[in-house]
Amino acid sequence: MGTKIKMMSAAVLASGVLLSGAATAGGASAEAISYTCAGCHGFNGNSTGPATPTISGASQEYITETMKGYKDGSIASTVMGRIAKGYTDEQFAMMGEFFAKQKMVAAKQDFDAKLVKKGAKLHDKYCEKCHAEGATSAEDDSGILAGQWTPYLEYTLSDYHAGTREMSKKMKKKVKKLNEKEGDAGMKALLNFYAEAK
Amino acid sequence: MSKITRRNFLKVSGASMAAASVAAYTPFAIGGASKKVVVVGGGMGGATAAKYIRLMDPSVEVTLIEPKKTYHTGFMSNEVISGERTLDSIGFTYDGLKAHGVTVVTDRVSAIDAGKKVVTTESGKSFPYDRCIVSPGVSYKWDAYEGYDESIVDKIPHAWDGGPQTATLRDQLAAMKDGGVVVIVPPPNPFRCPPGPYERASQMAMYLKANKPKSKIIIMDQKEKFSKQGLFTQGWKRHYGYETDNSMIEWLSSTTGGKISAVNKADMTVEGEMDTVKGDIINVIPPQKAGAIAHTAGLTNDKGWCPVEGKTFESTIHKNIHVIGDAAIASPLPKSGYAASSEAKATAAAVVALLGGGDAPHPAYVNTCYSVIAHGHGISVAMVYDYKDGKIVKVKGSGGLSPMDASDEMRAREEQYAHSWFNNITNDTFG
Repeated sequence: MGTKIKMMSAAVLASGVLLSGAATAGGASAEAISYTCAGCHGFNGNSTGPATPTISGASQEYITETMKGYKDGSIASTVMGRIAKGYTDEQFAMMGEFFAKQKMVAAKQDFDAKLVKKGAKLHDKYCEKCHAEGATSAEDDSGILAGQWTPYLEYTLSDYHAGTREMSKKMKKKVKKLNEKEGDAGMKALLNFYAEAK
Repeated sequence: MSKITRRNFLKVSGASMAAASVAAYTPFAIGGASKKVVVVGGGMGGATAAKYIRLMDPSVEVTLIEPKKTYHTGFMSNEVISGERTLDSIGFTYDGLKAHGVTVVTDRVSAIDAGKKVVTTESGKSFPYDRCIVSPGVSYKWDAYEGYDESIVDKIPHAWDGGPQTATLRDQLAAMKDGGVVVIVPPPNPFRCPPGPYERASQMAMYLKANKPKSKIIIMDQKEKFSKQGLFTQGWKRHYGYETDNSMIEWLSSTTGGKISAVNKADMTVEGEMDTVKGDIINVIPPQKAGAIAHTAGLTNDKGWCPVEGKTFESTIHKNIHVIGDAAIASPLPKSGYAASSEAKATAAAVVALLGGGDAPHPAYVNTCYSVIAHGHGISVAMVYDYKDGKIVKVKGSGGLSPMDASDEMRAREEQYAHSWFNNITNDTFG
């Protein structure tokens, strides 16, 4: 199917008229689908908060797989699951492709400056391996945590604890260790480190 | 949830890489006169369409004509009435659109000549167009009830457009004595923002419970049922003693005393079919039809709304004019700000394509609508729509209401998401 679409786009290119709708052989384009997300997730996926997550800059795979999780209910949600049920896996991949291309803008939010240093240390020790470059990198298909809205991160952590969202095995281990050694104060410091990101 | 693996990534990347190989909305007007689009009305539909046309094709000249310098949203205006937020917090100027290269004209459109393709304003200016997008919102049927007309809104505000009347209603509520009665009269279908009157009752009840707990709200409905009814009823029971002797809110359906025939400004009474009800505050939300210019321009049907084609939102009455937002007949899309935004983006893409001599691309539509019943208690309804066989259709299995058995935690999150929704959709439209 990919090849067919590519050939089609070549034909469109040759005719000198570029239309995004032609990209999906009759269905809505990646742009058309992704533009509808802006009402909650912000223009180009940069949420102005206070709680809905920013989805720009995430990897295509992260968005695709997360949306699949919302759709099949393995990730708890308020409204996202209901909306995810309106799309196919291919459309999730199209959204992922669109938002992966958008530049992430860090959330402007309050944080406790006294906790940032401690949070940075804990991040390096427990999280940096997957959430690389101070959790600013989308590589390894992990979520970008730096500059993400704190309430959303809190909701997600709470869902992990409640078992309504599943952590990867690696993350489970690290979070367990972090909790044992640093407790809630450690998690709080970590969140303040992510909130400080510009 | 399936695990994220490199193998999965390869599986999905084929299709999406193909999609990425087609540049989106590349300008086509190289050489030749630039195309002109005139947008009539600067609400959610009009402002979004103007901005997205400029984003999709910067070679198109977009002029937006709107009489107000500051637009106040209807959504979240109930939080202004309850004193939760300021009127300024729901006000938006057109500076953002200007930064995207939209020419903003502060004027009122008086006529649209579909034959000559010219828009004329009250101040006598003319604006020729290749395509026109009309997003006029709603207007009101002032002759629906005896004794009720536009002249009484200072005393009996409808407050259904965000703005001065929102402030009037807020001030009336703040000045009302403890033990006072508020009468809300929601309109018959169809109307803008179906859950709005019931969120309004909730927000007012929240204010009254904290400040004037002996007061009552009587909703005299012109319908038998309403949007998100189960969730509202559940919330009212929880927070406002609904259906007890001490209920702060009483809802009368059209057949159980809700239906009204007259409004008396001097006595501050509403004449119902069964009883005449006296209110310290009366909030009649009148029956609605498409915004005034849609009627003047001959874009409406005999019911007062604008028939359109569901893919392009081009009027089925006048060619080269697209009608979006509350004024359009876009069912099953509701008359909501989110739907208007979705319609505007689809229409922008269609207009850009059609101006270039191409076909309108396949549209994508979503609606998400929040209501805040009390502090920490938000609810929502959502739906994904597609375009099939010439019609807008709901995507089967998608959308629906917040679950009735949601936890307190989830209701609290929905309130936070409601406020996030407000910030994001207004930034997407006016930013």
